[in-house]
Amino acid sequence: MYRILTKKSLNPTVTMMEIEAPFVAAKAEPGQFIILRVNDEGERIPLTVAGYDRERGSVRIIFQIVGATTELLNLKEEGEYISDFVGPLGEPTRLDGLKRVCIVGGGVGCAIALPIAERLASLGCEVTSIIGFRSKDLLILEDEFKAASARLFTMTDDGSYGREGNVCVPLREMLEAGERFDEVITIGPLVMMKFVVEAVRPSGIPCTVSMNPIMIDGTGMCGGCRLTLIRDGKRVTEFACVSGPDFNGYEVDFDEAISRSAMYRDFERHAHEQTCNLYKKVGNDNG
Amino acid sequence: MANMNPKRNEMPTQSPEERAHNFLEVALGYDEATAIDEAMRCLNCKNSPCVAGCPVNIRIPEFIAKIRECDFEGAYDIISQSSSLPAVCGRVCPQESQCESRCVRGIKGESVGIGRLERFVADWHNAHSEKAPQTSEKNGRRVAIVGSGPSGLTCAGDLAKKGYSVTVFEALHAAGGVLVYGIPEFRLPKAIVQKEVDNLTAMGVEIKTNMVIGKTLTVDELFSMGYEAVFIGSGAGLPRFMGIPGESLKGVYSANEFLTRSNLMKAYKKEPITPIMKGGRVAVVGGGNVAMDAARSALRLGAEKVYIVYRRSMEELPARREEVEHAVEEGIELMLLTNPVEILGYNNPDDKRDARNGFVRAMKCIRMELGEPDARGRRSPVEIEGSEFELLVDTVIMSIGTSPNPLIKMTTAGLDTNSRGGIIVEEGSGATTKDGVFAGGDAVTGAATVISAMGAGKVAARAIDEYISNKK
Repeated sequence: MYRILTKKSLNPTVTMMEIEAPFVAAKAEPGQFIILRVNDEGERIPLTVAGYDRERGSVRIIFQIVGATTELLNLKEEGEYISDFVGPLGEPTRLDGLKRVCIVGGGVGCAIALPIAERLASLGCEVTSIIGFRSKDLLILEDEFKAASARLFTMTDDGSYGREGNVCVPLREMLEAGERFDEVITIGPLVMMKFVVEAVRPSGIPCTVSMNPIMIDGTGMCGGCRLTLIRDGKRVTEFACVSGPDFNGYEVDFDEAISRSAMYRDFERHAHEQTCNLYKKVGNDNG
Repeated sequence: MANMNPKRNEMPTQSPEERAHNFLEVALGYDEATAIDEAMRCLNCKNSPCVAGCPVNIRIPEFIAKIRECDFEGAYDIISQSSSLPAVCGRVCPQESQCESRCVRGIKGESVGIGRLERFVADWHNAHSEKAPQTSEKNGRRVAIVGSGPSGLTCAGDLAKKGYSVTVFEALHAAGGVLVYGIPEFRLPKAIVQKEVDNLTAMGVEIKTNMVIGKTLTVDELFSMGYEAVFIGSGAGLPRFMGIPGESLKGVYSANEFLTRSNLMKAYKKEPITPIMKGGRVAVVGGGNVAMDAARSALRLGAEKVYIVYRRSMEELPARREEVEHAVEEGIELMLLTNPVEILGYNNPDDKRDARNGFVRAMKCIRMELGEPDARGRRSPVEIEGSEFELLVDTVIMSIGTSPNPLIKMTTAGLDTNSRGGIIVEEGSGATTKDGVFAGGDAVTGAATVISAMGAGKVAARAIDEYISNKK
């Protein structure tokens, strides 16, 4: 069992928790992920590490409430326990030797981008961050990004905060103005990452994407997390859990990844509604 | 007086019509009278050829003699001296190609039902005995076992019996490895696996779940934590795919994923938390035991039609005969000498948002014939030109093998692997190229059987005992 040390709501649909897991905290690096189960009958879900405290033995996770499992997780309070928490899995983001980097985060993906920005800043790298959200209510971690970045662009789709538009707007402007980065690192919804890759492609700057496909074991056993990469004109299968979650964005077959990510959409919608109804019912019974 | 009936006693089973729709165990086991009658068929041969056919050398005629004497607990004691998991092996061992293939009764009739008798004894013990498993005095030496599948559990059990303090590190949230994530409930009830695991913990073996060796801790860190030897039984790894177009369509699974969803994550239950595609038409590609397990699981999950697509003929089909017979009785159709060439997906040109887009629609296959025997005498299948056809299916399950788990070799310097990724070990000891590290099971051989993994765990336990004893 793993104790929830702290819990904080970042916005109505995004929650941050610190979980006591000393073995994971001792090893975790930016870019890696963990797998958790909320309770004994629960589903295994992967979440990318959003931070860690080696001394305290804790790992920070930030999750969006999108399905039955994240809904259940969000019902847990500080001091309560979750059944399973395993990691760190996957390969850390490669940051050695980078001097000028642009980090592009979208939505809850910003939670994963932040430790990378912070690590780069601590290594003396000049970090430009672009963070994007649908609207002001969904904004998270802006102050933290400000602290880690030489320059920060905050974007909202509806213009309710920061600049109006998507993350590609300032990115394209900078690149077209001739700005150069050693690398662009992007983490967010698949569709956003697909467009970021396209925005960077003409510049030829390396572009790393963080993939978060459907997984079960997370250790290279089930093959559910497979992605197709197009490498030297050939289609190559890779498993995100052992070779990823970071990949060369130019190689990823995003259309396939987007299609595969929707495999259980109907099921998930149904399960989420069931969970909500269940708790509504419990709530009503209690009231 | 021996029972000279040339036929063995039938094992009662659930009827095919009934069992095709539930996940309860198919085979129901002998009762006491049948077990004794079957035990009477054993001739107690002096040279016991059956024992040599068993990878862990269970003293078969001796335990069968105890059954004849109605001393079932005595029979259990004999088996458990050689096997840590009798209830498991009695169910999943390929006895027909091991102990039973050597049985003298098999020459002029059917061999003694050794596996059925083993199962009977183990089940009798589990139902009747309250005897706590024997614990040994601790010798103060610590051994780490990586993976709680059949090789790891066997190695742990044998070392615990010798007085070692054993810790088993398991990556998943439950112990048992392939016995819980791979082999389905109807062939090996999970309660039986749990019972075997509980026996080990009662013997003092510590099991730590959620520990991925190679990630959470490395093999070198295990040594610095005070473990004097490490056994790696990390099992099968990455599933193989065929490399044909369409394998990333929605509805294409590896057998590992399909079975893990169904078994470990309990997607077979009525309102599962973990989803799985149920119903429709299913094709399983491959001919091993795992393919049979996947096909029969799909049927029980509600598929209207299940095909097993295998590129060679019945003769080469590697699955256990009994599993194939059970599958066919349940209505699964074997499409032999057939090979997939492409998986075809839905693509509605008029509606990009059609929910069916990107899901499997059919599998294009080609008929095969067996060509000339190769150097090893195996006839390889050759495509029959122009024989392509479309098999309409919604789900495709690829069951064409796995390669060993890559995580440990990626983080362990000095541990050599072969070209297929299997850990290189010395035969007869399981010693790897790294001092103090031993290995066995699928991590070494690639996908094989539960009993051969147990055999490897046993060999390694002996070698680890010797290694540690000789250290000082």
